[in-house]
Amino acid sequence: MNDSPTLADFGQDVWWLVLIKIVGVFALLVVMTLFAIVFERKVVARMQQRSGPNRVGPRGYLQSLADGLKLAFKEDIMPALADRPVYFLAPVIATIPAFLAFSVIPLGPEVSILGQRTPLQLIDAPIGVLVVLACSAMGVYGIVLGGWASGSTYPLLGSLRSAAQMVSYEIAMGLSIVAVFLYAGTMSTSGIVAAQAGDNRLDFFGLQFDGPSWYAVLLPVSFIIYVIAVVGETNRAPFDLPEAESELVGGFHTEYSSLKFALFFLAEYVNMVTVSALAATLFLGGWRAPWPISIWDGANSGWWPLLWFLLKVVAALFVFIWLRGTLPRLRYDQFMRFGWKVLVPTALVWILAVATMRTVSREADLSSGEVAVYVGLPIAAVVLAVLLVASRKSNEPTRIAAVAAAAGSTNPTEPEVLPPVRTGGARHRPAQRSGPARAEGGFPVPPMDLVVPPSPRLASKEPVAAGAPVASGRRRPSPTPRKDSDDA
Amino acid sequence: MGGIEIGTAETVVFWVLGPIALAGALGMVLARNAVHSALFLVNTMLALGVFYVVQEAPFLGAVQIIVYTGAIMILFLFVLMLVGRDSSDSVVETLRGQRVAATVLGIGFAGLVGAGIARATEGMVVTGLEGVQGGEGGAADGNIEAIAGLLFTRYLLAFEVTSALLITAAVGAMVLAHIEREPGSRLTQKERSRARFLTSDHPQTLPGPGVYARANSIAAPGRLPDGSPAEASYATGVEPQVVEELPPGDPAGDGRDPGAGRGHGPDAALGTTRGVTR
Repeated sequence: MNDSPTLADFGQDVWWLVLIKIVGVFALLVVMTLFAIVFERKVVARMQQRSGPNRVGPRGYLQSLADGLKLAFKEDIMPALADRPVYFLAPVIATIPAFLAFSVIPLGPEVSILGQRTPLQLIDAPIGVLVVLACSAMGVYGIVLGGWASGSTYPLLGSLRSAAQMVSYEIAMGLSIVAVFLYAGTMSTSGIVAAQAGDNRLDFFGLQFDGPSWYAVLLPVSFIIYVIAVVGETNRAPFDLPEAESELVGGFHTEYSSLKFALFFLAEYVNMVTVSALAATLFLGGWRAPWPISIWDGANSGWWPLLWFLLKVVAALFVFIWLRGTLPRLRYDQFMRFGWKVLVPTALVWILAVATMRTVSREADLSSGEVAVYVGLPIAAVVLAVLLVASRKSNEPTRIAAVAAAAGSTNPTEPEVLPPVRTGGARHRPAQRSGPARAEGGFPVPPMDLVVPPSPRLASKEPVAAGAPVASGRRRPSPTPRKDSDDA
Repeated sequence: MGGIEIGTAETVVFWVLGPIALAGALGMVLARNAVHSALFLVNTMLALGVFYVVQEAPFLGAVQIIVYTGAIMILFLFVLMLVGRDSSDSVVETLRGQRVAATVLGIGFAGLVGAGIARATEGMVVTGLEGVQGGEGGAADGNIEAIAGLLFTRYLLAFEVTSALLITAAVGAMVLAHIEREPGSRLTQKERSRARFLTSDHPQTLPGPGVYARANSIAAPGRLPDGSPAEASYATGVEPQVVEELPPGDPAGDGRDPGAGRGHGPDAALGTTRGVTR
């Protein structure tokens, strides 16, 4: 039974079926957004040992609805210096491509809807994946214009950052997908899912078995580059520099409020869902069941694949949230250097390697899976090992310093790097040691014989010795009777 | 005219998007604000991209949107955004009669090009892109394969020469914009931070100025816990300002008088249990 739709199966639907699919995709994206927001808050809360939202609805799962209502009822502010038409258009431009991109994502095989056989995908085209790239290219405009039209400094800086960031990470993202095109031999999303259908029979010294057919396994470098690039592309932590709140207030959306802000918010989460879905489609076998489930014959037909697909998307979303909960934000120049000097060259070399492997497999008459497993995986392992060694090498001084410091050295590095810095260009600032006492030349450490000075808020004047319980900030009733300023 | 029929949908798309593309082109020329001008151009490019897709060249359409609207126009915007939002074009003519001459010449040029294209395509049979590249007896089985086939066989030299030209331009721009720096002449962030810790007396940030209800000036120094001014918080280039204390309140104040106890330092006003005054 072959449920895999091909390009010829698209464009045959009756109009009401197309309408149902459009509404279905829209509803799916909105529900996924609401889910992703509450999921993110809960997961990050668990990572930080909090309980997260737990008031609205069962176990707090309706929090997103409450947030949405709150946003809608907020005051809609139009800044005095705003460029009105562009300020109004920017959130719309950000949102529409985000939704549009999902139209080419295959959600499942051919199913029967109201008696009609149809693929569970709105539309496919020979250029399927390019539609997603085009939509993400258009999404940049929303952010750039929103920042510019606000007529304010921080949004402008945020939008400048995002323009440079999204364009450069889009290049890495596009290059990471090229290897998938080379392997699948097509750019249509349904074709790429069909190409990962698992006809990768391996003969390992007489042992016959089905090898992995997901491109995440066959093309690991592409997958890693894609994952990194889309985090930059969707402005998510640790690459959320356009809206770095510690540097730019809110970044490009600082001046936005109410529903316009909600649209930006929606666009960010829809983009996250879309790139997760694209990751599932291109690298994780699309709607096809993962290995233990795929033993069951019915796993890849009917409506079940929709479930596998959504599980893969949620897993990808979890990685986004995990990154946000774990990693600190990069500095902007480091981030751009990483994109241009690491991701793009790696992707180019990898494409060269994949193209070579393709040619070898054609000449030597091997299946592409065999080449990937016997040649690609060792090469990937070597590359990763080299990267590991290189990174250890480049961090060597810091590592040695850290080891020395841990061993008790107070001044692990060269004694003087710079002449003493004049603290404060202040005329009135006397040079004084107000910071904690430091070991000679080392980092500031609290003195070992720490005596906590008496709190001026407390009547008791005896210094609290080290080790004794330090008084909490709470005011406790004074042991001595209050003398009410009779000796003033 | 033989060849293929133009379908209803294609006609509708043409008559909807054609005016939009034209309006974008006109808006680009007429808009005063440079960013608005760029946006109108984006609009026209998007419409052209859709036209390519409708005319059975989906790859070209996608590339038009990704490369031209997505990358090149963003770079344009990037530059224009830095120009400043309120700098609109001046409407004063610096050359007299320039506008009239430009209009006449523009219309004349449009007429020439239009007439040339009309003459060249007169009586041509429309076959459609699908018929040429895909279809029965076509060159390839699709738009992408057809483009790839032509690009890497017949037009390979032109393709490579173009890419060499682009690389030359990019390298040239880099050479022109590059500033030669001695390697290691600039301290990295890590080195700076290490130097700060090793050499300065005050590795952490200095205390901020004090902001009280009576003075929200940065000249007001911050206070140490005992109420004396923190000298490290003196602002640069400003005379430190002695903040006037509230007059000591009624010695037997019962707390309702806001000035009560203020003379005993900031903590006394909080209603401490410390009854002793200096």
